[in-house]
Amino acid sequence: MNDIASSTSPHQVSIEADPTVPIIRMTRDFDATPAQLMRAHTDPTLFARWVGPNGMEITILDWDATTGGHWRYAAGRDGEQYGFHGCFHEVGEDRIVQTFTFDGQPDGVALETLWFDDLGDGCTRLHAQSLVDSFERRDQWLASGMETGVGEGYAKLAALVAEL
Amino acid sequence: MVDDHLSRVFAALADPTRRDMVTRLAVSDATVGQLAEPYGVSVQAVSKHIKVLTDAGLVSQRREAQRRPCHLEAEVFDLMTKWIQKYRQKAQERYERLDDVLADMRGEQQPIHPRRQRGAAS
Repeated sequence: MNDIASSTSPHQVSIEADPTVPIIRMTRDFDATPAQLMRAHTDPTLFARWVGPNGMEITILDWDATTGGHWRYAAGRDGEQYGFHGCFHEVGEDRIVQTFTFDGQPDGVALETLWFDDLGDGCTRLHAQSLVDSFERRDQWLASGMETGVGEGYAKLAALVAEL
Repeated sequence: MVDDHLSRVFAALADPTRRDMVTRLAVSDATVGQLAEPYGVSVQAVSKHIKVLTDAGLVSQRREAQRRPCHLEAEVFDLMTKWIQKYRQKAQERYERLDDVLADMRGEQQPIHPRRQRGAAS
């Protein structure tokens, strides 16, 4: 199995699934300024280059990365297309608040908050928090491979209570 | 199938009462009667929850004199941790693509963290 050990980057993503609220939190450091990270998240051409997943062709269908704006894109491979859409609730200087819906689950909506912490020396920490409307929904999303990491939260919870 | 098993685990843990029970069982084994106490629900209702947890492999019950205490199967959490790594890897891949884009934005000749495929090394 090709697991995380195959990554050679010194910056590893950290993931936490909250056991008490249906939230997923991620942090990841980048050798970039907050302004550069902001551009990579709001410029559709740049965004399409990295949002992935690997091997997927991203087509931006709608993009207005301003407060009150909206977005829509499709990820395609081998004739299959997966659509995603949402609204930009707030696009600030170092913060983006947006909604996220997978077209295949139109009733589901996540509230995503991204912010960029300037660590100095051209290094910035990205925080990404995703809130969904129920644990069930979070776990469904996780099970379908769209989002990241719930087991760790439960494992942590189990380890924590074991120490009590 | 591992994925089927994990779906059952996630479905079992999607319920807040069952998550509470798992938390309780992480402290020590307990009978269905003991588990029922704090919730003010019937033993039958708790038995139903325990059955879901048992079917998911999260809990086992052994016979011990007159009692059948429930026991948390901690290794299922290890399985979930492994599974989570798959999703962590996806996020990591996504952010390494972002590294490349950021490197291009700085006008550098090469990405600072050239990606190598080293599947066999894991």
